[in-house]
Amino acid sequence: MKQLIDNFWQFVNGVDINAIPMELYLVVSTVMFFAGVAGFIIRKNLLAVLISVELVLNAAELNFAVFNRYLYPDLLEGMFFSLFGIAIAAAETAVAIAIIINVYRNLQSVDVEKVETLHG
Amino acid sequence: MILIFAILALVIIVSSVLAITSNRMMHVAMYLLFVLAGTAGLYFLLGYHFLGVVQLSVYAGGVLILFIFAILLTNTKGERSEVHGVKRIIPAVLASVLGIGVIAIAVIKHTFLYVDKTAAAAADTTEIDMKVIGNALMGTEKYQYLLPFEVLSVLLLACIIGGILIARKR
Repeated sequence: MKQLIDNFWQFVNGVDINAIPMELYLVVSTVMFFAGVAGFIIRKNLLAVLISVELVLNAAELNFAVFNRYLYPDLLEGMFFSLFGIAIAAAETAVAIAIIINVYRNLQSVDVEKVETLHG
Repeated sequence: MILIFAILALVIIVSSVLAITSNRMMHVAMYLLFVLAGTAGLYFLLGYHFLGVVQLSVYAGGVLILFIFAILLTNTKGERSEVHGVKRIIPAVLASVLGIGVIAIAVIKHTFLYVDKTAAAAADTTEIDMKVIGNALMGTEKYQYLLPFEVLSVLLLACIIGGILIARKR
């Protein structure tokens, strides 16, 4: 068992990044992005719509990091863009949830169809 | 290596599809957690350890707690979350599948200009030194990021004030 664990860590530590083609990462982030787009359209709950937006943002940030690592490995631009993107996504989520809670307080619902009464 | 990537990719894809189809809001939040943790795993796999830790602590630690509190505060009729009728679902699914097909084919067909495969392979197994990240984040010269960092802190302050202003009781 210990031998197995040692082998596992040796395997993890001796990884060769170019064993994985860049395109696989991009396909994963594409699926994540379009899952977010579909969720944005089909969901009725405002919080679920916000979660779909999070999926889209997350896919974009993954793309920045992957392009940085594979095409310009000696620079850090993509990594910092992802870092700032994460911070902005967190801020945006906080404000959006504050708005949703306010909507719930006024309408007793977070359904997107009920929110239509908001336009004046 | 490829095995770990396959597991993470599978977790991300399955969880992101379940996150937009699941009926209960609490389950949706949990699937979002799996997607975010899987993305952090991909960052670790790429060698961006700092980015992976930030992803885990800010997203999985902060944003997800916000979501769970919001779901608990706004749960009506057994926290069910319906989806729209078939009239909305069919175009959405069609557009997404079409989009995935087009983008995936474009990405796979395109040959990227890899800068230097051997140099990249040598550099990639080592993680980026924290000193390098700190210097880049706290400098004002070319390729350094003190100004965006400060602008971001002002944005966060505005968000705190805005959040309090919007959500407080009148």
